[in-house]
Amino acid sequence: MALSKDEVLAGLAELVNEETGLTADAVQLDKSFSEDLDIDSISMMTIVVNAEDKFGVKIPDEEVKNLVTVADAVNYIADNQ
Amino acid sequence: MTATLNQYETVKYSRIYSLGAARGDLVVTNDEVAGPIDSSDEWIRQRTGIITRRRASKDLSLMDMAVAASLEAIQNAGIDPKEIGAVLFSTITHPFQTPSAATLLADKVGANPAPAFDISAACAGYCYGIAQADALVRSGMAKYVLVVGGEKLSDFIDPTDRSISFLLGDGAGAAIVGPSDTPGISPTVWGSDGSKWDAVNMTASLLDFRDGTASWPTMKQEGQTVFRWAVWEMAKVAKEALRVAGVKAEDLSALVTHQANIRIIDELAKQLDLPESVVVAKDIVDTGNTSAASIPLAMHELLKSGAVKSGGLALEIGFGAGLAFGAQVVVLP
Repeated sequence: MALSKDEVLAGLAELVNEETGLTADAVQLDKSFSEDLDIDSISMMTIVVNAEDKFGVKIPDEEVKNLVTVADAVNYIADNQ
Repeated sequence: MTATLNQYETVKYSRIYSLGAARGDLVVTNDEVAGPIDSSDEWIRQRTGIITRRRASKDLSLMDMAVAASLEAIQNAGIDPKEIGAVLFSTITHPFQTPSAATLLADKVGANPAPAFDISAACAGYCYGIAQADALVRSGMAKYVLVVGGEKLSDFIDPTDRSISFLLGDGAGAAIVGPSDTPGISPTVWGSDGSKWDAVNMTASLLDFRDGTASWPTMKQEGQTVFRWAVWEMAKVAKEALRVAGVKAEDLSALVTHQANIRIIDELAKQLDLPESVVVAKDIVDTGNTSAASIPLAMHELLKSGAVKSGGLALEIGFGAGLAFGAQVVVLP
């Protein structure tokens, strides 16, 4: 069964925490991965690959650059489950 | 009556006899490269693991470093260079379209008239070279093969490029491969993916430069694409290399990956779930990313420092522009 956007956000926050140590409440929909959360391109790719495993979605390289904010990622994952 | 042809008499096993190493003569700090990319020592250390990279001054050529590394390897192997049956030079920074760097190297190290040719496989080049040397020795085509991975990448960098230039260093590593009574080089897992030809490449062609439509071609990369491929795809290649070698991760003394970026090395090691007993080479910290030279330089350093001992097993895996990759398990010389 497809996860809700809230469930995807919670799961994504766990992945961000594993990679960066940021707490879950820092991972808000309007936050930018690079500007607000200070996640660099390599950490972003680690999160993307782990998200593919966790949510069973495929996130191609060319799509990753479009995932600017947490909301972008949550929407992409929720829409492509 | 039909004449019967002679064919090569095959040899059952091969091994690496010795290594040689030469690094650029300049120690370049992060502070020296940080300015043009609006960065800092701390940022570069965190993102790449590099504290210094070794680069060659204007008067130290790619050939000078390759000759120095080769002569050390020949001396340590205890062979006469006249016995070298092939010279394979992996490089992407030989500044002439032709002739090859390998023929000149063969002459300079006393191996003339051995067959000699260059390999263009970038950061996979050394493992490609070891694969071919293994095949040449076991087929009987050559008694000893000199394999060199060498680069003077500083001739092909743009100080303002934030994608790869600040990682790069200069150096050469050499190995002598020859016949063995026991297995010393496993089957190689190697390949390429030209669909990602532009993931690591040059900013322009030499023709663009000639025509004045581009400045001097330098290296660039799509960092995220390369990182994903280098970690998760190369983890599969590394596991396959262990499988075909018939060994397990706990049998290894060392993991010697291409020294691309400490975070690729760390993440790749994590994916392989290595026991703590396996030493993971991190020569990149002091040397930077030297493309084809990085694996033999890193292995040479592990042996020199005593971190690993001769006779142990090392998984070596090279990966980079092409994209191209190669991995094999070798007995440390």
